[in-house]
This record gives sequence, structure tokens and C-alpha cells, in this order.
Amino acid sequence: MSSEIKQILTTDGIPLEISLKKAEKKNKIKAFLLVAPLLLFLFITYVFPIGEMFSRSIDDKMITNMLPKTFKEMEKWDGKELPSEEVFTAFYIDYKVLIENQTQGKLGQRLNKEKNGFNSITKKLMRQIKRNKIDESQSIKEQIMKVHKRWRDVEYWQAIKRTAPPYTMAKYLKGMDMYFAADGSIAQVDEDRRIHRILWLRTLEIALFVTIFCFLMGYPIAHLLATLPMKYSNLLMICVLLPFWTSLLVRTASWMILLQQQGVVNDFFVLIGLVADNNRPEMMYNKVGTYVAMTQILLPFMVLPLYSVMKTISPSLMRAGKSLGGTPFIAFWKIYFPLTIPGIGAGCLLVFILAIGYYITPALVGGASGTLISNQIAYHMKTTLDWSFASAMGLMLLSGVLVIYWIYNKLVGVDNIKLG
Amino acid sequence: MALPSYTETRYRIWHYFYIAICTFVFFFLIAPLFVIFPLSFNAEEFLVFSEGMKRLDPEAFSFRWYHEMVYGTKNPWGLAAKNSFIIAIFATIGSIILGTLAALGLSSRHMPYKGLIMAILISPMIVPLIISGVAIFFFMAKVGLAATHTGIVLAHIILGTPFVVITVTATLSGFDHSVTRAAASLGSNPVNTFMKITLPLILPGVISGGLFAFVTSFDEVVVVLFLAGLENTTIPVQMWTGLREQLSPTILAVATCLIILSTLILVTAELLRRRSERLRGINS
Repeated sequence: MSSEIKQILTTDGIPLEISLKKAEKKNKIKAFLLVAPLLLFLFITYVFPIGEMFSRSIDDKMITNMLPKTFKEMEKWDGKELPSEEVFTAFYIDYKVLIENQTQGKLGQRLNKEKNGFNSITKKLMRQIKRNKIDESQSIKEQIMKVHKRWRDVEYWQAIKRTAPPYTMAKYLKGMDMYFAADGSIAQVDEDRRIHRILWLRTLEIALFVTIFCFLMGYPIAHLLATLPMKYSNLLMICVLLPFWTSLLVRTASWMILLQQQGVVNDFFVLIGLVADNNRPEMMYNKVGTYVAMTQILLPFMVLPLYSVMKTISPSLMRAGKSLGGTPFIAFWKIYFPLTIPGIGAGCLLVFILAIGYYITPALVGGASGTLISNQIAYHMKTTLDWSFASAMGLMLLSGVLVIYWIYNKLVGVDNIKLG
Repeated sequence: MALPSYTETRYRIWHYFYIAICTFVFFFLIAPLFVIFPLSFNAEEFLVFSEGMKRLDPEAFSFRWYHEMVYGTKNPWGLAAKNSFIIAIFATIGSIILGTLAALGLSSRHMPYKGLIMAILISPMIVPLIISGVAIFFFMAKVGLAATHTGIVLAHIILGTPFVVITVTATLSGFDHSVTRAAASLGSNPVNTFMKITLPLILPGVISGGLFAFVTSFDEVVVVLFLAGLENTTIPVQMWTGLREQLSPTILAVATCLIILSTLILVTAELLRRRSERLRGINS
């Protein structure tokens, strides 16, 4: 009884609580509808395509669709001895269909990737079939085995069986220089052919060092900018913001001019007698060039978050520290530095994320030793056209970046990103 | 930064060392841009300072490469500049519309899953461009928009919206919502309120986000390299091919023009930022 009396009603007689909930829900929907167009747009054109990269990277349906009967018969095969007559016959029928559609070449190439030597024996079999050398009334198994001795080798049939599932993680293993061995276990590529691992390590190394360099150079100037009177700091801020707004390619071009052997930096070194004129060091097309150019290009991304944090630190804190007997160093280390840690975290994570996916600058000033993972992805997208491998490498890189992004989000919050 | 007279010698030395480091870093940041200017007036065909230029011989300087940039035969810069501007302008308009709407929604305190949605909306800025490029290329190829202006514009809207979302939400964080309620109570409909009250107040944020979106599109090369055909070449794509293949001083003439453009954009952005801070009552 008492609760009914207490209930407050709005003017139209509906309990306030319900009316308020209704209004809240309406506001929620309103807010969501404003975000919906962009969210929908991004989902269709961006988020789903990234998801599609995943299905592309593990996709192995081509061969599954090419040998449907063979794989069906192979289900009964234990995979230890040579398969039965039925498997051979099914393979023969499947292969004949492929020859009719003129897609047998793709099968040879795909199987050759699984095990070397398939290309020649499938071609040999094709010629036999085209010349009608295979008598369908006789045992197909015997006749195929006569085409080439590899057809009598159980390892080759095991290789075919391995390609049966429509999905494979092989591309991911390849990205880490590993592969599925004949028995299905994971094996390492020979030591002299482990190119991808070198690239991953190099990418990490360059991103890490660029982040460190940016921090070491960015911290002092962010501090100076934050402590100088406004009229000076605004002027100096232009030195940070102008590169930030200038085209990446313009900045890379200027480093190419500066760092070349007859370039300004080498001219200067000769002038002050650091190096001999006929012995100018190579500063481009190697890691030095990549480090120098990337540090300059990413430095504003370190300075801006640091500056916005330092700006909020009251100068009286340092004065208090000093007046209580701390030397300037102790006051800095115990008071100022801990207060700037959020800025350091934001700046370092941002620079690291940007550096790890860098593409243009390393490709132009890095030379062969400046090639990073991104360049490798572009290479497979454009030159080898191995799109599924490019997708796999891209997603491996992406998962790394997303972990850092998640940490960044936890520490700084994406809505706290400051621009300019 | 004058030091007080009682400063000990070692801190005095340390202070000058610190100033020296800062000077070096500022020089490191800004100097590379200035090397482009004089070289773009080089009369010779090489990208190094000729002997004549070092002696400041007027003969060694010329407008040759600027002439080449504008009137050169078979030169791609005209088409590239036209494409770049068309694509950047449409991408900016798209980014502003979608980004501002989303920012308005995100700033409402009723917005559900704010953090998650914000993280998704910002992600094109964080995900390495090469991955965005691959994903967008797969999508555009599937819907038949690869090698079209439309496809590139859509791609650049994806990359540009995070900037608009960030700047406009930042502007809205200091926005006094009672003014819109006042407008509503005086009988204004939501569209009218937005156009007459909200938009003028957040305009600095919208424009500075738009500038970011413009620069992002104007400067973007990785995704365009995947999407563009010969017809859709842009200034960055031409610079990229130029820097990789035939290094010609024409590139430096173009680069000089780009630096001038970015200076103009920087000045506009700075003025807007100050105006916006004044409007939001943040004293600096």
C-alpha cells in the first residue's frame, strides 16, 4: 500500500520511473543512430574485409574442389601403405575432369608446393591420359604406377591426403619459417632460408630503437616547450608542427637528398674533417638511413602527447621540491619525471605502433637491409600475387599491433589521443 | 630561461647542455625541410648542390624545374594534382559528415558501449596502413570499385574519419548542453538547433578535423598504390614512383609547393585551435 502512495507520477499519469526509463532509452537510440552511419560504413568497407583476410589466409578450398572423389575415397585409407585401387580410380576420374577443364596445371603447382616433384609427374600422367594410353578396363592403379616411380611412393599419396581439408594454417607457419613435414608435424625451414624471422626481428628492432630515439630527443624539447613562456614556445612549436603537417614523401625525399653520398650531411662531415672526401660513408640504403629518417618523421608523435601532459604539471611542484632541499636532479627525478609517465606511455606506444607498420620510408631509404614486414606484405600482394600469404602476414602483424592498441587503450584511453 | 644568479656552476653547465640538445633537436626536425627549397632552384639536373650554388652564383639557379613541373611534356603532375585535389576534397566532405555525426552520438552521455565503439572508429588510424590497404583493396576489387576515383575516395573516408571523430569529440567535451536544451525549450526542432546552435560552436573542431582528413587523403600513398590505376594517379603516387625510379629535380619543385601548402594548413589549424580554446574557455 505504502509504495503506491510514494510513487511519483508525471503529468500524464505515468509513474516517473517508467517515464524516465522510456526517455533514457529514446536518448540511447538517438545517440546510437548518430554513430550508426559511420559504424555501418566502417563495418562494411573495413572491418569485414579485414575478417575476410583471415578466411583468405587459411583458404585451401581450391584443391578440395579439384579432387572431390579422391578425397572421399581417401577417407577410408589409413595412410600407411599405398592406397587402394578405388583411390587411384577416383584420382584418375578427378584428374580427367581437370584436363577437360584445362585446370590440371594449377593442381600440379599446388601439389608441388606440398611436396617437390609433383609438377613433373602430374604432367607425365596428363600426357598419358591425353594420348589415351590408360585403358579403363584394366587396373588403373597398375597403370598410374607405371607412369612414374614416384606414383608408387606412398609419401606422394600422403601429400595429396594432407591437402584434403579446405583450411590450412600453412601460410601462418610459412610466415614464421616453418612448414608441415611429411608426417604432419611442424618443422623448421633450413637455417639459411629463414628470411621471415629475420624480417620480424628487424621490424621489431627498428620500431624499438626508433621509439627510444624519439623518446630521448622528444623528452627534452617537450619539456622546453612546456616550461618556456607562451610567446616563445608557440614559435618553437612550429618546428614540431610543420614537419607533422608536411607530406611524408616530401620529408623522405629531403632525407634522401641529405644522406646521399654527395649529400649535405656528408659535405658537412668532409668540411669539419670528420671523414675524407674520397671516403664518404654510405648513410642511405642501410639501417642508418632508416633510423634517422624514421626518427625525424615520428618525433612529433612523441612530442605532442608528452607536451600535453607536461603542460598540466605545475612549476611550483619543482620549486617546492627544491626548497625542501632536493637538488634539481633529485627534484626532477622524484617529482617531475613520475608525473610525465602517462605522456611517456602514450608517446612511446603511438610511435611504436606507427613504426612497426612503416612502409614508405624504409622502402625508399632503407635499401635491402631496411626491408620490413610491411614491404614483404606489399611484395607478395603486388609481385608474387600470393594474396593468402600476404593476408596471413598482415594478420600476424595486426594481432601484434592490436595487443599494443589494447594496452594503449587501457593506459591512455583512445578518447584521450590529442592531435595538434 | 634566464638562470637565477645563485645557480651553481655545474647546474649552469648542465642548463647550457640542455639548451644545446634542444637546439639540436629543433634543428633536426625543421632543417631537412629547408634543404628542398634551394635545391629546387638548381639549374642542373642533379639532386646535389652544384659548385655554382655553393658560390651563390646566380647562373646556377633557375626556375627550370618549376617550368618543367607545369609545362613539361608527358608530365604527370597536372593530372596527379587534379586527382589529388578532387579525391581529397570529396574524402574530406565524407569524413566530416560521418565523423561529426558519430562524434555527436559518442559525446552523448546516453551512448551505450562508448569505449568499444570509439576503439573501432579510431582503429583505421592505428592499424598499419599496409593492412588497411590490403583489406580495402579486397573489398573494392569485390564490389568493382578498384581503380576508380570513388573507390579511393571511400578508402580515404575510412582513413580520415578517425581524425574528425577525435577533434570533434574533444571540442564537444567542453560543450555546454544546456544551450541546446534552451533552444529546444524555446521551440526549435533538433535540426534547427544543430544548424543554429551546435554547429557554429563546434565549427573550429569540425574544420580542424577536416584539415586532418584533407591532409591524410592528400598525403596518402600506401592505399592508393593498391587501388589506383594509371588514370587515378595522385601527387604522392607520382612522388613515390619518381623517388624510386628517375630522380628528377621536378620532384623538389613539387615538394616545395607541398611544403608551402602544409605551412598554410598549419597556420589555419593553429588559428582554429586557439579560437576553439577561447570558445571553450580554456585559458592558455
